[in-house]
Amino acid sequence: MSTIEIGGKTLELDADGNLANISDWNEEIARELAKSEGIEELNESHWQVINYMRKVFVEDGGAPSIRKLTKESGVNTKELYALFPNGPAKKSAKIAGLPKPKGCI
Amino acid sequence: MKKLLILGAGTAGTMMLNKFAKELDSNEWGITIVDQHETHYYQPGFLFIPFGIYNKKDVIKPKRDFFPRGVEVIVSGIDKIEPKENRVLLQNNQVLTYDYLIVATGSKINPKETEGLAGELWQKSIFDFYTVEGAVALADFFKHWEGGKLVLNITEMPIKCPVAPLEFVFLADSYFTERGMRDKVDIHFVTPLPGAFTKPKASSILGDFLSKKNISLTTEYNIAKVDNENKKIVSWDEIEIPFDVLITIPTNMGDEMIERSGMGDELNFIPTDNYTLMVDGYDNIFAIGDCTNLPSSKAGSVAHFQADILFENFLDVIDGREPRAKFDGHANCYIESGFGKGILIDFNYDTEPLPGKYPLPGVGPFSLLEETKMNHYGKIMFRWIYWNLLLKGKELPIESNMSMAGKRL
Repeated sequence: MSTIEIGGKTLELDADGNLANISDWNEEIARELAKSEGIEELNESHWQVINYMRKVFVEDGGAPSIRKLTKESGVNTKELYALFPNGPAKKSAKIAGLPKPKGCI
Repeated sequence: MKKLLILGAGTAGTMMLNKFAKELDSNEWGITIVDQHETHYYQPGFLFIPFGIYNKKDVIKPKRDFFPRGVEVIVSGIDKIEPKENRVLLQNNQVLTYDYLIVATGSKINPKETEGLAGELWQKSIFDFYTVEGAVALADFFKHWEGGKLVLNITEMPIKCPVAPLEFVFLADSYFTERGMRDKVDIHFVTPLPGAFTKPKASSILGDFLSKKNISLTTEYNIAKVDNENKKIVSWDEIEIPFDVLITIPTNMGDEMIERSGMGDELNFIPTDNYTLMVDGYDNIFAIGDCTNLPSSKAGSVAHFQADILFENFLDVIDGREPRAKFDGHANCYIESGFGKGILIDFNYDTEPLPGKYPLPGVGPFSLLEETKMNHYGKIMFRWIYWNLLLKGKELPIESNMSMAGKRL
């Protein structure tokens, strides 16, 4: 199992390179994870998506798909791709410390 | 008298109907199946139609040819399921009650989900091959096409038969080569996935096939809209890809009836237990085949493996026991690779497609993740198996759970 070093702590990663334990996550770690995904700074809209992802994960036991994201997060698809280039669902899940969404098989 | 109601008489529903009609005592059980259509389509055959290998007649038969005696068949659309009341409302105004329900209503393409996809170029320069109408229209188009940019685009995952888009471009390569015009056709495979296929090892091997066959690959491409005027697809991050002919795999969704019943996710797929195939939250409803949200492939061969598991679990549940059989996500796909050859992959939830040999008593072995003529014959033979054995719920010499025999790690 691979690991990542953030703020002096060693965190375990799963096979997809996402955090293995969601309880390891905090906002500081999110900022670092974002940087490793090429997002230098997390703005208010980024946080709106990240917080929504974590809320859904707690409620449903899985990270939401891109469709659910656009339907319910209050951020539209176009904006999602601007915030998290290439794969909003996959990328925001990673930054939110969640496993890869099930739809992204 | 107990009632078993099956919704949908496609591959999965018809298999379940045949298995239970044989198993359940007709003095104790009444079995009813509902479907809005009277024609059964051999969907794996749609792929061959654009290239003139099959025609429409090769892929259709009346559904009634596959219904056993002693069951009630209702031809009607379904309005909705009322799962808490154990009843189903039909569009012909009939109300059906049930003790046990099996939902097998499949999935279908929804081109209207993407802006401009079902616009003025639909079936002129934009075609699907997931419907018989689309496949036939494309066959007519190809007959007279003089070449240009052929773009195949997968809109979003999940899709029915995730290998079919690859098979399409492999067959296109073969078809245009045999017609002596391959140099006039630029084939481009555009997918939202990070590689040619969903699983890493197969993705890399199949990706090599693409480059060997001179087919270009664009990955992680998420289409936002089609620009009909300029014949371009445009992604959410504004990457434009021009086409002369666009072969689209539109968004796949479960039936609207699932949405009306309040039983689906955002794509109208039914949240279902990955292993028992029971619908989440209900102890008398099963779901099978393409209508579920299982992370297994949406394909007839997968539904066939699920059918064996559902059958066992159903018998447990009606006896008041916990369901014991577990579906492992097994899929077994013959991939047509053109020029009379094919590639076979065999995998499940936990084991990705691996190279090696696939033993099949009496016929095999078949080579895994390698191009052989034998694998092509396997695919061609499957149509006969489908009509004559599989739909009728007969035993096939294939285990429902995946085996590691012959596979190389």
